[in-house]
Amino acid sequence: MAIWFRKSINVSANYLKAKTGLWGLLNQRHLSPCFHSNSSSPTSLNGKNYRNPPSFFGNSTTLFGSRRFESVKAGRQEELRYDNGGHQDQALDFPGGTVPFTPEMRFISEASRERIPCYQVLDDNGNLIMHSSFVQVNKEDAVKMYSTMVTLQTMDTIFYEAQRQGRISFYLTSIGEEAISISSAAALTPEDVILAQETQYREPGVLLWRGFTLQEFANQCLGNKSDYGKGRQMPIHYGSNKHNYFTVSSPIATQLPQAVGAAYSLKMDGKDACVVTYFGDGGSSEGDFHAALNFAAVMEAPVIFICRNNGWAISTPVSEQFRSDGIVVKGQAYGIRSIRVDGNDALAVYNATRAAREMAITEQRPVLIEVQLGFLKHTLLTLHIPILTVDASELRLVVKTENALTYRVGHHSTSDDSTKYRPVDEIEHWKMSRNPIARFRRWVDGNGWWNDKDESELRGNARKQLLHAIQAAEKVEKPPLSDLFTDVYENTPSNLIQQEELLRQTIQRHPQDYPSVE
Amino acid sequence: MTTTTTTSLRRFPRFDFVSKFTATSCSSSRRGFSTTTSSSSSGGSCTEYSLTLQQQLESGSRGKSINLFSAINQALHIALDSDPRAYVFGEDVSFGGVFRCTTGLADRFGKQRVFNTPLCEQGIVGFGIGLAAMGNRAIAEIQFADYIYPAFDQACIISLIVNEAAKFRYRSGNQFNCGGLTIRAPYGAVGHGGHYHSQSPEAFFCHVPGIKVVIPRSPSQAKGLLLSCIRDPNPVVFFEPKWLYRLAVEEVPEQDYMLPLSEAEVIREGSDISLVGWGAQLSVMEQACVEAEKSLQEGISCELIDLKTLLPWDKETVEASVCKTGRLLISHEAPVTGGFGAEISASIVERCFLRLEAPVARICGLDTPFPLVFEPFYMPTKNKILDAIKATVNY
Repeated sequence: MAIWFRKSINVSANYLKAKTGLWGLLNQRHLSPCFHSNSSSPTSLNGKNYRNPPSFFGNSTTLFGSRRFESVKAGRQEELRYDNGGHQDQALDFPGGTVPFTPEMRFISEASRERIPCYQVLDDNGNLIMHSSFVQVNKEDAVKMYSTMVTLQTMDTIFYEAQRQGRISFYLTSIGEEAISISSAAALTPEDVILAQETQYREPGVLLWRGFTLQEFANQCLGNKSDYGKGRQMPIHYGSNKHNYFTVSSPIATQLPQAVGAAYSLKMDGKDACVVTYFGDGGSSEGDFHAALNFAAVMEAPVIFICRNNGWAISTPVSEQFRSDGIVVKGQAYGIRSIRVDGNDALAVYNATRAAREMAITEQRPVLIEVQLGFLKHTLLTLHIPILTVDASELRLVVKTENALTYRVGHHSTSDDSTKYRPVDEIEHWKMSRNPIARFRRWVDGNGWWNDKDESELRGNARKQLLHAIQAAEKVEKPPLSDLFTDVYENTPSNLIQQEELLRQTIQRHPQDYPSVE
Repeated sequence: MTTTTTTSLRRFPRFDFVSKFTATSCSSSRRGFSTTTSSSSSGGSCTEYSLTLQQQLESGSRGKSINLFSAINQALHIALDSDPRAYVFGEDVSFGGVFRCTTGLADRFGKQRVFNTPLCEQGIVGFGIGLAAMGNRAIAEIQFADYIYPAFDQACIISLIVNEAAKFRYRSGNQFNCGGLTIRAPYGAVGHGGHYHSQSPEAFFCHVPGIKVVIPRSPSQAKGLLLSCIRDPNPVVFFEPKWLYRLAVEEVPEQDYMLPLSEAEVIREGSDISLVGWGAQLSVMEQACVEAEKSLQEGISCELIDLKTLLPWDKETVEASVCKTGRLLISHEAPVTGGFGAEISASIVERCFLRLEAPVARICGLDTPFPLVFEPFYMPTKNKILDAIKATVNY
């Protein structure tokens, strides 16, 4: 490995003055910005200050000896800088780029002084924000986006209730997050390949946008013979070959490195398409997330990582998940272009995804989008209140002008009662005031593209279709027993053939032990 | 030791198998997605460019004597040459790999098809799954099998192989698959590898429906089996006996040929006891067989079987052999408890209980971490096997 030094003649004298000890050095004002934090920093999520100066300086004098490093720019630098006067003509040539030397001992700050801002197009009232950079969405697409969001919301409500009635075994809603999947899907083409979130499963909106029917959703949730997954996975593990939507699997973040491999294939084939993969804030703690970002950057793969940071990984708040400024800064650490977007703003998500797609394909590079789903500053003690059921009609109200980020309004899944770990009034607050559908509705309304009659017609139809879809799906028989044994391998090996025979004999002897199947 | 092993390995290729293999895989769906294309692929066109080893030999096209890593290298050249959608990647593969298996590939096929990856096994496997799912042949190299295995505690590679690769087809109802994925990894003892360059993790993978596990015993086997694995429409873990990379030398046909998966091979016929093994251990077992025949006055006639594919494995061949001999000995380097020998033993007892004349013997690694200076003690050596052969026959 070639590492060598380029040195100039006039380097050393000005910079190295071995005079005072380390504590003298620490007293130099120019170092303080690196170690001190702003105690009111918004990144201190739980109110504690995590940015205290590290204590290891107390015993590190042996490391640095008695030499004092002094900079000609001492006292003036607020941010970490690398261009330190005449010193840059000494540099370290290293695979990956030249690194200049500096006489200043500066640790990179653990965070930039300001948090990365969140891109917004619409304010809470659905008005366009002045000077916002965006591409106009035409009426047809806007109405389709809105209708799809409402349909998704209705589907969530009805399937959720169906689960509560015991008609399906499990469900998980996207309520509060509809804008993300649907707006991002609207900014893509059908050729773009989707690897959906495997932890929160909140991307049915992408499938809905692409034309996966309500009947197809119901078939999967019921695990009947018409389910493409042959009844093998829990509800909401959708997948559709014809919609370029890879089948969801449960383990967290495993789809991320796979997305890079799939994107590499598109790259090699010279396709005018990219891969889009979704994950949550909790998923960013997985090793696979880091592997994937690094691989994507190195392989220059056309993949868009969309992180849905909704504040919670089941019951764990992001303050217990990471200490960085969210996910967006991690992209930069891996050399990936990244942006933070307001997840309650359908137009912002649409525009960011559209721009990301353009970059990913034309420049053959990965892009990271953190869709920020904010959290309230105060956290109240948990109240034990009965399970919240979401009535779709409630979600149509809403007029508040607070600065809003999205939020997981629903429980993590039907196996979860989130009122056990977060206050009901917090949920209600988000449900009522920080709703992405309501905001988008106001914008669509404002354009004269939608009215109350359209609304009630859409909701009524969606409800009718969904109820019908569930009833129809319930009538379809379960998949045949042979589906238990096929697809383990392309061709069924002898051990499985033998096991199927034995099982069929057992069923004949004890039919009462088994559900009836073909 | 070196000479003995090499000589005995040279004796291995009997090439008496008639291939039942009808190349099922090579024309399978370009895009792993399509149910229709993949189901219509059986009986594809592999045979056009891929002869069996038997055919190669019958046509007199014996190749040069080469070692095992060169045979792997030939197979990879052929795989990349015969399929423009094949890729080889892993840590340090660009310059040829730490065991030289990928030498010359990047020069010939370009760095877009043969490339280094960042140092991250879960990334390599995950990337490979995604690449394969798009209809490519993704040939991933894990530098040492030992680095598949510590991934256990990070739940990464194992998770990716067990939960992702293995279930890709099943969980999607055959809408998607990653059958083009082959994970290559050197495994096993090497004389000085200690804990982390010696292990045999095959049993872990044999507990996972949906993947295939294949281990070759010699250069010609390695080439033919690897090409089968790469072209098989299922994800395969291919363990290469690193001890044999340079040590094992035999004639290997230069052309493209494939050897059948899930078919065991009787590489030495006998009547008193059946021995089952795979990979590098077979050479040790064969030495024990030779001595067993010489040692006693009457001689013990040993039948030696190379399992080759551990999952799904060829029970019928082992069963037929044990029904003939009435005795079974299994030997592998991995620790005896929970090793794949236990599975073979249980299956054969189920099938051949009344034919067995002695308990099934297992001569395997000890239930300790793989040791460095104690390696000679840990290993299932020739004399341990020989003693067990005698004890079983005289039970």
